[in-house]
Amino acid sequence: MELDKIKELIDMMKVNDLSELEIVDGETRIMLKRGGGHGVPQVVAMPSVVSAQGASVGSANGDMTTPMAAQKSEAQSVEEKSEETNQVEIVSPLVGTFYSAPSPNAGHFVEVGDQVEEDTVVCIIEAMKVMNEIKSEITGVIKKVLVSNGQAVEYGQPLFLVESK
Amino acid sequence: MFSRILIANRGEIALRIIRACKELGIQSVALYSDADRNSAYLKLADDSICIGPADPAESYLNIPRIISAAEISNVEAIHPGYGFLAENAHFAEVCRDCKIHFIGPSPESLKMLGDKITARKLAEKAKVLVVPGSEEAVPNEEEAVKIAADMGYPVIIKASAGGGGRGMRIAHNEMSLRVAFHSAQTEAASAFKNSNVYIEKYLEQARHVEVQILADRAGNAVHLWERDCSLQRRHQKVIEETPSPSINDNVREELCKAALRLVKAANYVNAGTVEFLLDNNNKFYFSEVNTRIQVEHPITEMVTGIDMVKWQIRIAAGEHLKLRQKDIKQQGVAIECRINAEDPVNDFQPCPGRIERFVAPGGLGVRLDTHVYAGYVISPRYDSLVGKLIVHKKTRPEAIACMKRALQEFVIEPIKSTRQLCLEIMSHPQYVKGKVDTGFIERTW
Repeated sequence: MELDKIKELIDMMKVNDLSELEIVDGETRIMLKRGGGHGVPQVVAMPSVVSAQGASVGSANGDMTTPMAAQKSEAQSVEEKSEETNQVEIVSPLVGTFYSAPSPNAGHFVEVGDQVEEDTVVCIIEAMKVMNEIKSEITGVIKKVLVSNGQAVEYGQPLFLVESK
Repeated sequence: MFSRILIANRGEIALRIIRACKELGIQSVALYSDADRNSAYLKLADDSICIGPADPAESYLNIPRIISAAEISNVEAIHPGYGFLAENAHFAEVCRDCKIHFIGPSPESLKMLGDKITARKLAEKAKVLVVPGSEEAVPNEEEAVKIAADMGYPVIIKASAGGGGRGMRIAHNEMSLRVAFHSAQTEAASAFKNSNVYIEKYLEQARHVEVQILADRAGNAVHLWERDCSLQRRHQKVIEETPSPSINDNVREELCKAALRLVKAANYVNAGTVEFLLDNNNKFYFSEVNTRIQVEHPITEMVTGIDMVKWQIRIAAGEHLKLRQKDIKQQGVAIECRINAEDPVNDFQPCPGRIERFVAPGGLGVRLDTHVYAGYVISPRYDSLVGKLIVHKKTRPEAIACMKRALQEFVIEPIKSTRQLCLEIMSHPQYVKGKVDTGFIERTW
């Protein structure tokens, strides 16, 4: 991977305030971590062993943290890639109550078969009376809705199954 | 009485609270972060909810996530354990605003006693002698030098919003005071978001003796006698015991009465601990109040037979203390060793990792409070406490012999731990004589 590309990634990390970023590109796997109090990214390049992981922003294994602004009414969701297919889960970034529509009488944000883009709002998670709009973060088609309207959900709980491109 | 409680903590104290709930017939809901997902104790709770990633700021310290979890799990009360948000007045206030009972003192008590400077003022009002110190936060370096000169060295600089032994610096002379003043302020600002510091006379070779109290909402308060926590390293307790081997009954009575005066003056409710420092003349000085259940509460439970976590829950539910002071006795001697995943040989560096072999000690008078087992992975994200080994015997020599035996049986492999260090302390002549002070461990190891 060229130095220019690495510099781009480092900038992207700073702009988005990411603490860790992992990229697999063919045989090369690069892990970038923003260090201690200085915010200087460290580069650790290793030969690729794990093949199925793509660029991930945060992951559910607990090592990465994506800072959350608790006051915002929008949140970023976390992705997990399944190893066999292109099916990806949209998981809950919050603890709260899942709502499939913007209000009780309105239509659902998304249905099975709908095309979603990265910034498509797929649901609302209510936490402490704040209605947080959850965005898809991925492009694809909704294959399955995994929770029901009004259901209590926990952090990391799968909400939708999406077939991504 | 509550029917459902949320436990906003993790590890051994979460398990402790689950146990109390089960025995009281109360449903428990345990919170966990991603890093604690596989902890076996979660299965003992009636329900468990993942609230965030490993980072405590996004999980165990995150008020919105915790309150949200409380709302969706329909609990009536939250037990905050110790550490994390246990002494956070703002969290207690949010609970109150959301009509959820906070199992602990009121937000007002937390604010008043959580600020070490106002706590000292309250102690003076209650006619409890305080360690000589500055009346207010020290505004600048020159003031610090003046105060220290008046008081006489050595002095200790402490964060007024501090706790857990952090944000403290000792200075033996003016030069080191100037440096220490600034570094203490910096550490206080970063650890507690409040750079206010105050200065106290540093009592060298002091003993740390604390008094446990319980108070209900009707104004009844009792003490559960004292604990000697002199064995510390870097202000972290390593070994605790009760009764204190280095005070006589008169001093004991005075200490306990002073503690009760203080908590009554503060209108304190629920469990709390009043800490004192004893100098070489057995004179005692108020140090601070810990407005939470403490790590070392088991030794008090063993000698008094009183389940403190259950009483915390009952008091929060509005019940009155059914304990009468004259019925609360110290029976026998109890000692606790905190076993941490740290390497004493390498400056106590934390040793997180997977425990492959774990054999718990047993036998008459042995209690092990731990959330850990073979296969458990100790996370680098949280404190390094592996477990608390407690023994209770009729006499101090028997208790020491039992603790040595239990420590020898105890297997925690392959991680490094303080098990061996505790064994060495148990065998040390100074410890056996009961003549240790707060500097003992750092001097000797």
